[in-house]
Amino acid sequence: MNLALRLASIALLLAVWFTCSQFAGPRLLPSPQAVGLAIVAEARSGALAFNLGVTLARVAVSFSIAMALGTVFGLAMGRIRLADRIGDPWLVLLLNLPALVIIVLAYIWAGLTETAALAAVVLNKLPLATVTVREGARALDRNLDEMAAVFRMSRWKRLRHVVLPQLSPYLAAASRSGLSLVWKIVLIVELLGRPNGVGFEIGVAFQLFDVTRILAYALAFVAVMLAVETFLVQPFERHVSRWRPRTA
Amino acid sequence: MSRAGDQERLEVHIKHKSYRKASGGELQVLGALSIAVASGEIAALVGPSGCGKTTLLRIIAGLDSDFEGTVRLPAHGRLGVVFQEPRLLPWRTVEENVRLAAPQASDAVLDGLFDTLGLSGHRRHYPGELSLGLARRTALARAFAVEPELLVLDEPFVSLDAELATRLRAELAELVARRPVTTLLVSHDVDEVIGLADRVFLLTGNPARVAADVPIQNPRSARTADEVAAIRNELSRKAIAVPV
Repeated sequence: MNLALRLASIALLLAVWFTCSQFAGPRLLPSPQAVGLAIVAEARSGALAFNLGVTLARVAVSFSIAMALGTVFGLAMGRIRLADRIGDPWLVLLLNLPALVIIVLAYIWAGLTETAALAAVVLNKLPLATVTVREGARALDRNLDEMAAVFRMSRWKRLRHVVLPQLSPYLAAASRSGLSLVWKIVLIVELLGRPNGVGFEIGVAFQLFDVTRILAYALAFVAVMLAVETFLVQPFERHVSRWRPRTA
Repeated sequence: MSRAGDQERLEVHIKHKSYRKASGGELQVLGALSIAVASGEIAALVGPSGCGKTTLLRIIAGLDSDFEGTVRLPAHGRLGVVFQEPRLLPWRTVEENVRLAAPQASDAVLDGLFDTLGLSGHRRHYPGELSLGLARRTALARAFAVEPELLVLDEPFVSLDAELATRLRAELAELVARRPVTTLLVSHDVDEVIGLADRVFLLTGNPARVAADVPIQNPRSARTADEVAAIRNELSRKAIAVPV
């Protein structure tokens, strides 16, 4: 039933798309079929896999770094008042700096390099991850903390068995929103200063006014992210919440 | 007054303990008080609700260091604590909860504990699937599994029905009989501790002081109903004699 509804919804989307393409003409909005053929052609040449792979690698690296640092900073700021006082102005600054400014400055200061690109993405994602984890760290159960202290659990044990499970809903929320944010920023970074990747291809297609290719790359990458969500994020969430009593 | 076995004694000397009130000013919770519990002895702290019993336990357990006085724990000070709430990790099973607190406990010891406490069938259950009674038992198993040198129990039977509380008390007595451990048991209910304790400290409130230190000579297993009644009378007389 659920699946049928989903499929019906997707079919409706394709129908709307097709109808609009008939009115707008293939130059402005190519039909689903034309985009599908373009995806196949790009896949055959190997360009699609290469560009998707490059972009995905950038997403993976910058996402991991931002989440790891965000967890550390968020925990520190949520637990230690001094860290919160010192870190908060930085956080406000980073949260309110437009993504584009961070990217442009990174390229100006560090050149059109991979490091600059990744650093720009990390700096965009980091404050959001930090804020979310900080909320989680503030909500940590003091009773369990005391229990761990009384039974003299090691730091590592406390982190792994007491703290991280409590943070997992916050980490899941940060990952969810983070993943979609990161891949969008990676595309801008690629568009502005990288010689490959989905963002770069879309930039080229924009200059040639090639809407078919823009849609082909965008949809292919959405499919990749959907697969990541379905086969990595969701099973992980199920695993960490296996202890919750199921509501019938 | 140095004696053999002093190493194993719990000695607490508090001069003063107060909280800062939200409205400013200080609220004194504990006055000058001293308690000493010999090795293997079960001591009960009995007093009215809100008289500072839990505060005293938290100081002894090292969870509150903001006080004037000294606490000397027995031997290496390995603690087993049963809090008022079970305080289990909801994302770990019953067995994992116990093993995380007591990584050195052997399978045989755990089997014995789970068996005595009727938890054998629940080892793989998560705390969310347990009743309060079972969760309390898990907390008890965890405290015993660390083979503590000092066992601290903060009203471990509160909000259980009378029958279940009686059964749990019997299980606790059995565990202590099997492996004697210096124990501090907090309760607001004299009846609750009378069958268990070797020594009762009556506390008065605001700020808390020791009103009476009543040793009970006869061993637990040999107490008759008459004796228990006599002890109860003595305790209630002392409790009344002290202005609260």
